[in-house]
Amino acid sequence: MADTPNDRLRQQIRRFVIDSFLFGQDELTDDESFMDGGILDSTGVLQLVGFVEGTFAISVADDELVPANLDSVASVALFVQRKLSVPSSSAASVC
Amino acid sequence: MINTPHTLSVVAPARLLAIDAHAEIERIARCVGEQVRHDLRRKAVVIGLSGGVDSSVCAALCVNALGPERVIGLLMPEREGSPDSVGLARQLGEHLRIRTIVEDITGPLEAAGCYRRRDTAIRTLVPEYGDAHRCMLSVTRVMDGRASVFALVVESPDGTRQRHRLNAEVYLAVVAATNFKQRVRKMFEYHYADLHQAAVVGTPNLLEYDQGFFVKNGDGSADLKPIAHLYKSQVYELAEALDVPEAIRRRSPTTDTYPLAQSQEEFFFALPWSVLDVCLYGYNSGFDAAAVAPFAGLAPEDVAIVYRDIEAKRAAARYLHEPPLLAGPIRSASHR
Repeated sequence: MADTPNDRLRQQIRRFVIDSFLFGQDELTDDESFMDGGILDSTGVLQLVGFVEGTFAISVADDELVPANLDSVASVALFVQRKLSVPSSSAASVC
Repeated sequence: MINTPHTLSVVAPARLLAIDAHAEIERIARCVGEQVRHDLRRKAVVIGLSGGVDSSVCAALCVNALGPERVIGLLMPEREGSPDSVGLARQLGEHLRIRTIVEDITGPLEAAGCYRRRDTAIRTLVPEYGDAHRCMLSVTRVMDGRASVFALVVESPDGTRQRHRLNAEVYLAVVAATNFKQRVRKMFEYHYADLHQAAVVGTPNLLEYDQGFFVKNGDGSADLKPIAHLYKSQVYELAEALDVPEAIRRRSPTTDTYPLAQSQEEFFFALPWSVLDVCLYGYNSGFDAAAVAPFAGLAPEDVAIVYRDIEAKRAAARYLHEPPLLAGPIRSASHR
């Protein structure tokens, strides 16, 4: 069965997080919390945001920097998918 | 972690962090005297004076411990610092009758590229940024209080301000460049310590020490830290009991790191120190957020966010506190 767009997003995001924050070595499940696991700190949040903005050509507002959007591979993938489906730059925040 | 719910109702809010200032001054002075004479075996202390309440209280405590002739106050202005800092530090030096030395660190900072490196990074976001512009970093708590992001606030020569959220590269470049200020200051403190066989006094209060509001091998470096166990409001209590000049006690805590005048809360804490004091006390004492809320003047859910921020900052501070890690035991070293 072919990968869905969400699957491909998850793979890209998981690869970035593993390479950037886990020395490229660890396993990471899609629902594992970045904050609870100590995977992301403040600079890490900025790096993750820079990655999704640069890779997917979207803009992330301050009020979108919430766990619902950015705390796991799954939540980031859903967030990116939502942003990509909103045509204008005024994409709605889920918070 | 926060455990069982408690109540704080037995303690009047204003007295929550009250201490017996005179007894504590006496205790710290005894401790500092012992540490300098016996543990460190130094003849004096060097202390960087910023004109703020923390360094002023530390200097006054050292005078109580060692006498004014064994306390050297170092004033280290640079071209972007507040002019008030030198004036107030000088006033304190005269008040305590200690020797003060002025070292303008602008030259060393220019030589290290502090300003140039920072401004080059800023120009990737604000290409027109030049000598007549001024900037500061402003903090926003995100991820439900578990992370902070910084915005660069730039003031143009005509007074208009623009705000840019920093990307990771610019943020790291700006911080790495400005950290030269704290590290150059510490370098001079140790220079004078070497010259006078003195110990260097670090001046963090508990909020700063616990939450990592210091630069590793910069203001975080010292031989003794006499007020690192005291909440900021307790430092003010000591300041009053030590008769620290009122102008210093009334001054708002400032970072004095960026060209635009900036409070500590804009830079790092995001809340006034008095509120954070209460929250940190509540957190450390195991009180749940709802119990602390009325004392902090915040809603319980906001205290919960502050608690998460305390945990996040404490986790980030772990690296800052870590001494160099060794790969094997060293039998000959006389570690205490």
